[in-house]
Amino acid sequence: MGQLFGESIVTEEHKHSAPANPYLEKRRNGEDTENLERRVAEIESLLIEKGIVTKASLDRMVEIYEKDLGPMNGATVVAKAWTDAGYKKRLLIDATAAIGELGYSGLQGEHMVVLENTEKVHNVVVCTLCSCYPWPVLGLPPSWYKDAPYRSRIVIEPRKVLEEFGTILPDDVDVRVWDSSAEIRYMVLPRRPLNSDKLSQDKLRDLVTRDSMIGVKLANSINE
Amino acid sequence: MNGPHDLGGLQCFGPIRPEENEPIFHDSWEKQVFAATMVSFGVLGPIDSFRHAIERMGAEEYLRTTYYEHWLAAMEIRIEETELRSKTPGREPVRPEDVDLMVPTGGNYFREGEGYEGRFVVGEKVRARNINPLGHTRLPRYIRGRLGEIVTDRGNFVLPDTVAHDLGENPQPLYSVRFTSTELWGNEEKYRDAVYIDLWDSYLEKVS
Repeated sequence: MGQLFGESIVTEEHKHSAPANPYLEKRRNGEDTENLERRVAEIESLLIEKGIVTKASLDRMVEIYEKDLGPMNGATVVAKAWTDAGYKKRLLIDATAAIGELGYSGLQGEHMVVLENTEKVHNVVVCTLCSCYPWPVLGLPPSWYKDAPYRSRIVIEPRKVLEEFGTILPDDVDVRVWDSSAEIRYMVLPRRPLNSDKLSQDKLRDLVTRDSMIGVKLANSINE
Repeated sequence: MNGPHDLGGLQCFGPIRPEENEPIFHDSWEKQVFAATMVSFGVLGPIDSFRHAIERMGAEEYLRTTYYEHWLAAMEIRIEETELRSKTPGREPVRPEDVDLMVPTGGNYFREGEGYEGRFVVGEKVRARNINPLGHTRLPRYIRGRLGEIVTDRGNFVLPDTVAHDLGENPQPLYSVRFTSTELWGNEEKYRDAVYIDLWDSYLEKVS
């Protein structure tokens, strides 16, 4: 009887033929977009009319997240941790303070925890309930992080999901999935690439990708 | 509430499709929703109320729409709920220099020395309570009723379950709790994979 249940009756082909979130149309047509624009314009006017915001403050908010915040900040943190043992120690004990030392702090990074990947432990971050993400170090999250497939699957089949990102881990590595259910924000400290001893912090920084700090990939190797 | 936002463990959404060279915002209305939301938190309530508004936007809509459409729906709900249209908040408008201060400062959800002392210690086995509140909670369904182990005591944090409903901060100990993949999903024991999740003291019960 056991064989009739579970994935044994589902072929690989069948699984792969599933559409990307069948409920979600990612792109809006012209009419939908106009409707969205109208709704948001109405909110903007209300906020301005009520004296809550100014147009200039709205523009400034967007500018900060488009220009100042992004994975380059996290990459700086990681490269420093790879080359400065004292910094790495502080980072793993009090990430908020250590990240603050480099000038990164604030909204959605108020209570930071950094998770170190090792030979035996691989960490990966998700928020199954919404899309919590460490903005000061990684910027705003990519769509796939916010969409249903990743949020639903990474907790139940982490190895399968990691494999889809090209990350194949030995059986004896513990995969730890961190579900950001509170105001603690997580960033992964990826393993330092092999043969990178001679690289400067600047060069190392280029090997640190956004995905490696979410934990779905490893840092780039020297050849990439 | 048991809503469509509580996605952990569902298997009906197909593959993950990362977008190459994805822009930070896809459309100008996304930028506008983002900015309008970020600068009006003070007036439209705490972030937990905003999250709870997303949870109530309608199940079908939630699954059919994108992230910033969720934000837009939540803004509309909060504008109604706070009766913003019929009142004038007595404060100065947020200026660009306020934004420059707000972003690197953020909030603070930690409440040292407030609330009660934790009932659990690191290393202790605990069970996540099987609760199904109609309001906001950060205890996902896939964790409820499962056995875990306290890994870290993070200190006292404000409780979203009451903050979201304007019922006070009620700071409580927050713990990082480890649930094995075998306990959660019956996955093969040859792996020592696990989910680590932050849970408040009142989400947990003693295991005798």
